[in-house]
This record gives sequence, structure tokens and C-alpha cells, in this order.
Amino acid sequence: MIFPENLKYSKEHEWVKADGTVAAIGITDYAQDSLGDVVYVEVPPLGKELAAMQEFGVVESVKSVSSLFCPVAGKVVDRNAALEKQPELVNDSPYDSGWIIKVEMANPADLNSLLSAADYQKLLK
Amino acid sequence: MAAEILKRTPLYEEHLRLGAKLVPFAGWEMPVSYPAGILAEHQAVRRAAGLFDIGHMGLIKVEGDGALALVQKAATNDAARLSMNQCQYSLLCNERGGVIDDLLVYRLPMFYLIVANAVNAERVAARLKAFGDNSSVGFYDAYCALSLQGPQACQLAEKVLSAALAGLKKNHAIWWRDIIISRTGYTGEDGCELIVAKTEAAKLWQAFMKEGVQPCGLGARDTLRLEAGLPLYGHEYDESTTPLEAGYGWAVKFDKSEFAGRAALLAEKSQGRKKQLVGIELDGRAIPRQGARVFTVDGRPLGAVTSGTFSPTLRRPVALAYLTAPAAQVAVEIRGAKYSGKVVDKAFRQGVK
Repeated sequence: MIFPENLKYSKEHEWVKADGTVAAIGITDYAQDSLGDVVYVEVPPLGKELAAMQEFGVVESVKSVSSLFCPVAGKVVDRNAALEKQPELVNDSPYDSGWIIKVEMANPADLNSLLSAADYQKLLK
Repeated sequence: MAAEILKRTPLYEEHLRLGAKLVPFAGWEMPVSYPAGILAEHQAVRRAAGLFDIGHMGLIKVEGDGALALVQKAATNDAARLSMNQCQYSLLCNERGGVIDDLLVYRLPMFYLIVANAVNAERVAARLKAFGDNSSVGFYDAYCALSLQGPQACQLAEKVLSAALAGLKKNHAIWWRDIIISRTGYTGEDGCELIVAKTEAAKLWQAFMKEGVQPCGLGARDTLRLEAGLPLYGHEYDESTTPLEAGYGWAVKFDKSEFAGRAALLAEKSQGRKKQLVGIELDGRAIPRQGARVFTVDGRPLGAVTSGTFSPTLRRPVALAYLTAPAAQVAVEIRGAKYSGKVVDKAFRQGVK
């Protein structure tokens, strides 16, 4: 399994990639592997304000449904439209074309409370 | 807190070697999927063949002079109609007609063999014993079952076992080198189930793996049976549900001798069912899970979902649900939002035999 060094991670198995004040959010390789084949991703409307670690949607696999939590506070500014037709991108490319939402961070310092790749992997052990 | 000690089938080591994801299921440690994933396993069974470890299922032997009489008193179908080496779907009901378990009953030369759900195996055996007189009930301990399913399943079994299965009819079995091969399954596909000595099970499993057969776990078993509209204990069946409500009235034979639940089921037959199991195809992608509430289009409560999944064949969410009144269009509540759906034949997948 891969856990890129340049990302931040939540204990709930989301990753965050910051680009200025915009953060892309998805689920980790570990999360997608645990879920199995993803068949549906439910995301909030554009403009929705999310608190840090607020539930913002769900990922459904054939077998189960899991809540998604937003690791940083902010406003939803983009959603991955490709997932509507190809939810399997979350499995095939969890850190790249399988991203889920982007938020305009209210407080970029939220990033400091998240885990590094190394700490996240320790959590999995 | 004491961890539950999970039982393992003789194929446990094979599952580990294949990289299966193992989960607790009905007291057993079973594969839910292999690295190919549930969707690929599902498609392998629909298009070619897949092999399932069903060693967790209860195999119960009823033997002795009173064996037929016992089976007749305990279960709903008419076991007297079975020819030698034939099997039938049957149900074990309580006195109210509620389902204790659904079964496959085989008439074999030396005894009747009853296949029960893993979660109910002990209860079924105890229930059968309660009807016993000059017969004995016990687990068929030295054996376990494998299920090979798919359009190429029988051909593959012929090749691996050097057996002739072309003439084997649905719900019939043959004995072949100490293996009971029956043309049965739980996927809506052609296929066979193999009841084999536990000591031989791994060797047989490996022989199929060498032929490139896809190993399949409980995840695909569930999506396959759901697409075929087949009920599962704990979802479509429990003791507050009758076979008539589930649409299995054909497996209840009122014209045979007395059996458990007969009076209640007869009354239900004349008075009408309180609820009926239907299939629902949903719009959108959200998946209705067990317990999701079903409403009429104008918002009146109509029932609840018992099983739901994403149908790999139809590429949309499907569900089985009990409804208290007939409906053509319904709304299903998922996470507070309502999704429209239409009521369809339970055998969602067209062409299911």
C-alpha cells in the first residue's frame, strides 16, 4: 500500500492535499482496500460549510457504507464529477483521479493537527 | 471481553494463501472476498465459473426407520416425493408458521441429508431431534461442502473429477468416488455443489484453482443470490416471517401429513398474507440496506428493505423488501432522503433459471 509523503492524513482514513488555501480530500489506499469495490460516492453541494471532522458524505462499496469526514474546516468549492460515472476511481487511483472534494480552508492551521504519512502508517499497525 | 473463537473450514489455509479477506460470519472465519474483488468474483460466476467454500453450512444426517416420518413432521415440503438421490428446497417452521430456517433436503441411499444455514445449524439439529422417535439425528461431521457455480461449472467439474454430469438434472445428485455431486446452487446460475470428506477438501479446491477457477467469497455469494431474488435467513427469513410471505408457498405442501406450522400457514393461506416480499429497482446510486423504510409515492409507510446491494449485472441499486400492500412505484428512504424505485420481479437478473 502507498501513503504519499506530501499528504496529510486523518485518523478516519482521509487524506488532505493542500494547494495554497484549497485542500483536496480523498480516502487512503488502506480505506479503499478495506471497503472493496466502491460503487457510489455521496458528496455535499458546492458552497456547503464544513467544520473540521464534520461528516460530509458517504462511500458505498458493494458490501458496506462508510461515512466521510472532512479533516479541515472550510467551504466546498469543487466535487469530483468523474466519480458519478466511475466511482471505481476511488479504488484505482485513491490519491489522484479518485479525489472526492476540494474545500477552501477556513483555517489552514487545521493541517497541523493532521497525521504525517509515517504517523498514519503507525496507526494502521 | 473474551474474543469469540471462530471455527475454520478445512479450506482456511487455502484462503490465506490466496490472499482472501477473512471476516467473522455465523461463528466462522470465512472469506468475504479475494484480491479480485466482489464485482470480479460476481462476474466470473455469471460468465464462466466461481468456487465457493460453503464448509460453514450445517450438514445434518437423519437416519433410521423413522427418518422420512421425522422429516415430514418437521419440514414443510413433501419429502415422500423425492426419488433416490434427489433433493428439494424445504422450510423448518415454528407453530406460528414462522421460519426457523430454510433447508435443502436430500434423499440419499443410507439417510436423509439436511443442509442448514451455518447460523442455525445447532437449532435445526435440536428441532429435528424434537420430532425424533425411531430415528437418529446427527451432524455429518466428516464432510463439508464446496459450491462451483457458473455456466462453465459442470464442464469444469467433469474435467477435474473425470465424472459424467451432462445427464445430471437440477436438484439431483450422484455419488462419485465418495463425493456427492448435486446440481444445485444459490446464485441463479447453473452449477453444482460438492459434498466431500474434509480430509479431501483442500486437494479438490486446489484442483479447481489449477484450472483457473475464480475463488469467490461471501460478498459475491450475497450479490449473486440477491440478483437472483433468493432469500437469506436473517434478512428475508426469521421467525416472524412465513414462507408464504416470502413467496415460497410452493415449498409448503398442505396435502401431505401433519407438519409443524401447518395450521397457521393454512389459516394464512385462506385469510391472506400480511406482507409480501418484492424486488425493487432504485433510481440513483445510493444503496438501500437492510432496515431502510419503504413508502408509497405519496408518503405512506409500506414496509422495509431486507437486503440491498448494487447489482453488478443491472449496474444499479436493487433491494428485496416486504410490503404490506401492493405497489408499482415506491420511495425508499436512505440517510433521510427518498429515492424513487419501481417494484419488479424478485429475480432481478433476466434469464435466471
